Amino acid sequence: MSGHSTYQPQSAFMKWMERRLPIAGLVYSSFIAYPTPRNLNYWWTFGGILSFMLVAQIITGVVLVMHYTPHADMAFNSVEHIMRDVNYGWLLRYLHSNGASMFFVAVYIHMFRGLYYGSYKEPREVLWILGVILYLLMMATGFLGYTLPWGQMSFWGATVITNFFSAIPGVGETVVTWLWGGFSVGNPTLQRFFSLHYLLPFVIAGVVVLHVWALHAVGQNNPAGIEPKTDKDVVAFTPYATSKDAFMMVAFCMVYAWFVFYTPNYLGHADNYIPANPAVTPAHIVPEWYYLPFYAILRAIPDKLFGVLAMVASIVVLAFLPWLDTSKVRSARYRPLYRQFFWVFVAVCLGLGWLGAKPAEGGYVLASRILTFYYFAHFLIILPILGKIEKTKPLPNSIADSVLSEGVPIGAPAPAPRAGASA
Amino acid sequence: MSSAHSTRRDFLYIATGTVAAVGGAAVLVPLIAQMNPDASTIAAGAAIEVDLTPIAEGQVIKVFWRGKPIFVSHRTKKEIDEARSVNVATLPDPQSDQARVKPGKDQWLVLIGICTHLGCIPIAHQGDYDGFFCPCHGSQYDTSGRIRRGPAPANLPLPPYDFVSDSKIKIG
Repeated sequence: MSGHSTYQPQSAFMKWMERRLPIAGLVYSSFIAYPTPRNLNYWWTFGGILSFMLVAQIITGVVLVMHYTPHADMAFNSVEHIMRDVNYGWLLRYLHSNGASMFFVAVYIHMFRGLYYGSYKEPREVLWILGVILYLLMMATGFLGYTLPWGQMSFWGATVITNFFSAIPGVGETVVTWLWGGFSVGNPTLQRFFSLHYLLPFVIAGVVVLHVWALHAVGQNNPAGIEPKTDKDVVAFTPYATSKDAFMMVAFCMVYAWFVFYTPNYLGHADNYIPANPAVTPAHIVPEWYYLPFYAILRAIPDKLFGVLAMVASIVVLAFLPWLDTSKVRSARYRPLYRQFFWVFVAVCLGLGWLGAKPAEGGYVLASRILTFYYFAHFLIILPILGKIEKTKPLPNSIADSVLSEGVPIGAPAPAPRAGASA
Repeated sequence: MSSAHSTRRDFLYIATGTVAAVGGAAVLVPLIAQMNPDASTIAAGAAIEVDLTPIAEGQVIKVFWRGKPIFVSHRTKKEIDEARSVNVATLPDPQSDQARVKPGKDQWLVLIGICTHLGCIPIAHQGDYDGFFCPCHGSQYDTSGRIRRGPAPANLPLPPYDFVSDSKIKIG
């Protein structure tokens, strides 16, 4: 938007610096003067929360590595050493393990927000696809990290996940042996997983830079799903977005802290406090909660290769969403039918998550199959057709219009109580 | 500027590109090969001998070879009969029981105890077919280790093994 001031260095030093490394100007134009739609709601604060969680995971992770030993014979005990001997080791480890869960809570809210308000639509396709890549990287990082304590769930989770690659026709076994560095999951596997678990967060940070760059090129979507036209439609990033982000971040941290301090193992599995034993598979293998919907899809298909393909497809399909959703209207606010299908889809994802934690037998399998079918039908049948037949509501003329016509503008004085309204 | 003849510059351009491509490919070899099993892992995967004398009839023991659990099952007459009374053509991965044991050693079934679905270890003497049951995703194997029901695509594989005497086998 025009009209927002650009960075003017004041001091002689900053003038000197700006000519040589214009970093202050970059920060100013990206995070201070940057115009954001004036109608952003709290669902838009999760991008900032995700950045915070990435930094939190990197800091706690780097510190944990100072005390952890990536060796099949010593990893389990070194984690116990962190819990018992290292100063505040219990806190740092619980922050890191629960931080992974909170990271996924935030990313799921962030993704469903994008689905609801059509944030993936033209011209934000690349922004959205970078987000899908970030999500895949997060899943890989989370999986690798879960193997590091080398407990029973670590070991068998690693075995099951790496065996996905054995479904590849012809070269599957060769690929799996290569991934393991042995004839079964063992010390070479643990050491390379540790190396990659340390690497991937920095790859994520790099893709986050691209994600934010793409965001700043196309501008933020907003609850009305229309582009800002004038200065009346936008506010400066600081203080408006900054303070809103900060408020929600603090609220989010309170939930995070509640898990860390009051129920730090609720989201984990007791089996992972048993050292890895290659001779015994735990009776009930389930992945971490954030993979459960995809695990349910895997198990719904009674064929190894197609089960793995369906699971992969359930994530890859997201990358094609900008072209599968044929509606020109972005926000579900103005799409009465899509809004209902959206909530059905949310329920289906939660249902798949619940089924992923249940044993693969009887009615659970049948239910998984029905929900798996619906999951794909949402993307491949409902969204393409809905965009063609849905009668959408009229869009507001501008963001300012949509805000000002919906009751009291933010910052305005409260309306005087009407006479006779009480009593 | 443009010339119909190839010049010294063209030669240098193509030669530089070729050397860079070959060099780049050569660098990939160690980077990829280092992830395959190393010499110590391969050495630790040498053949093992298993004494069969202490295995009672009806008992299944588990030994480790190359980090993989190997089931050695001393089958009862009933188990052998069950494995042989099935119509092989109806099986998901058709294979006769005779093809899965050594000639004249019908009672000894030697299997790699790793579910062919996603690598869990099946439990012996469980499931609807008296054989092996995988607790992870519900695959069921019969008394010959053949897949009968569930998501696993293939029978439990047989390790390479030989009888060195009547009561001893060598796996590997």
